[in-house]
Amino acid sequence: MTEESAATVAGDEREARRSVFKRALSRPEFGSLVGAIAVLAFFSWRADTFLTARGLANVLDPSATLGIMAVAVGLLMIGGEFDLSAGVMVGATATMFALLTADAGLNIWLAMAISLAFAVLIGLFNGFMVLKTRLPSFIVTLGTLFMILGANVGLTRLITDTVIVSGVGNVPGFDFPFKIFAANPVGQFRITVVWWIVITALATWVLLRTSFGNWIFGVGGDAQAARSVGVPVAFTKLMLFVYVSVSAWLVGMMNTFRLASASVSTGIGQEFEFIIAAVIGGCLLTGGYGSAIGAAIGALIFGMVRQGIVLSGWDSDWFFLFLGVMLLIAALINQIVRKKAEEARS
Amino acid sequence: MTVEIEVDSVSKHFGQVTALDDFSAVVKSGEVTCVLGDNGAGKSTLIKILSGVFPPDEGEVRVDGKKVRFMSPRDALKQGIGTVYQDLAMIPLMSVWRNFFLGTEPTRGVVPFRNLNTSWAKQTVVDEMGKMGIHIRDPEQRVGTLSGGERQSLAIARAVYFGARALILDEPTAALGVKQAGVVLRYIVMAKRRGLAVIFITHNPNHAYPVGDHFVILKRAQVEGDFRKEELSLDRLMQMMAGGEDLSNLVEELEQLATETGEADLAAAAHGIKDEVEGLRRLEGTDHRDETSA
Repeated sequence: MTEESAATVAGDEREARRSVFKRALSRPEFGSLVGAIAVLAFFSWRADTFLTARGLANVLDPSATLGIMAVAVGLLMIGGEFDLSAGVMVGATATMFALLTADAGLNIWLAMAISLAFAVLIGLFNGFMVLKTRLPSFIVTLGTLFMILGANVGLTRLITDTVIVSGVGNVPGFDFPFKIFAANPVGQFRITVVWWIVITALATWVLLRTSFGNWIFGVGGDAQAARSVGVPVAFTKLMLFVYVSVSAWLVGMMNTFRLASASVSTGIGQEFEFIIAAVIGGCLLTGGYGSAIGAAIGALIFGMVRQGIVLSGWDSDWFFLFLGVMLLIAALINQIVRKKAEEARS
Repeated sequence: MTVEIEVDSVSKHFGQVTALDDFSAVVKSGEVTCVLGDNGAGKSTLIKILSGVFPPDEGEVRVDGKKVRFMSPRDALKQGIGTVYQDLAMIPLMSVWRNFFLGTEPTRGVVPFRNLNTSWAKQTVVDEMGKMGIHIRDPEQRVGTLSGGERQSLAIARAVYFGARALILDEPTAALGVKQAGVVLRYIVMAKRRGLAVIFITHNPNHAYPVGDHFVILKRAQVEGDFRKEELSLDRLMQMMAGGEDLSNLVEELEQLATETGEADLAAAAHGIKDEVEGLRRLEGTDHRDETSA
């Protein structure tokens, strides 16, 4: 009888005692789910209009676009990297598209394709810089953030003399993409909510049920170990950076079609909201752990608090206090969850 | 299934430092080749070349007579060469089955619906670990929660499973206690019996001698000696490696190992060494050294 087998037998007994509740507790999104239910209960109690169709539509509307980004940023964080340029990329792709089609008169689909190609390029640039220089992605993408912001404001002002590109609504062929990106197919509810749910489901499937998903966990958990067993580390990280940039483009299109205009200030400062939503959803800042559903729930909590504060008749300035408290609580819960996950049972 | 790996005049430099200088050796199926050397002798560099972490600067590696140049661990795995790294290359936050198949995931279905065959993967991990005498109840258990010995066994099981022809073990016994080291040595013998070419890197002659067929001793990036087991006594190997540890202590340790693991090979080895030691005592004063001295 070796030491191992004795230890395993003891482990079995403990395994049998593990309850369903404990299993649920070990899921990365568990904390955020509890948080979401608590926030929902609290504001339903505080504001009568919260749990109405209109109230829910107002909650889901900002949650959807934030959620699409939080899921992308969450996957990148699980892969062990950050993208601080994600926020300004929403504004940059939007103004680029608006300038090309409303100002330069390009075909609306061609303008979309060009701005999409730009997003892919920025994603590749972020990825290559991080992989080649081995600088932290936090610094590299902070540089990209300001480069894009500066270039976007500078160029837009140079071309239009303002910081808002309007007139997108008058461009030929506006109606069909409007239906895809910004319409209200059911009452007050925006189509962005459908995008959000479909993307979250797809991201969850990729993360948990494909080889690429396994690689994401691997490169975020320990890139050197992952490489040693044959994971294409550079490819995995590059794809994640591109996915974040393309998501920013998608949200940029959603905003532009809804408002029929694009502003250079869109998305500034939101890069932290994406990261906070992902952290609330159980993604570790250190990588290798987290979930797409969690990030989506994190975004939902954001939307509920933002709308709940307004409907409760409080000043919206209180939102940030809530935000900070939620972030700290979430980070603490994540730390406990990770310790539990890593805890030696033998 | 059988394989012959020839390492021919391989060198590797890092800046001014020569990590491996003109190394040559032949590794065959059904044999355990022990590479011995102190820290910094070039063992790790040799492993990294054979497992595809980086290619050599000079010289070449041939597999079954064909020149190969591994640019990534994936290339080595494709040739059926599996490696157990000293740090095990395990990711603590990932589950047992996800770690086992990381980089070589089993899938089913066609693109774009191709997905992981999770039930098969989990069952395979349980089966493969079972073959090593370790019962994994829950393949979803995170690797960080396994004991050191279990983690080591998982890494070996993975390398044996994917390294169908050759198995490289980098200091697999260095961080283990006597009992656990015995278990690992038994796996090495088992792998050899299954017809694998085993390369066992260690600095411990006590662990190498009982299981090895062929010994390559590295010193300061160069080959100090290359012996068959018949040409070499443990005494001699110890002298070359560390220079004079107490032999009777060693025999005791090995016998203890043999009784604990119940492995006949180890018992026989311990017995052989004991005979040898006694033989040495009888020949007191006589020079036992052979002609192959380096």
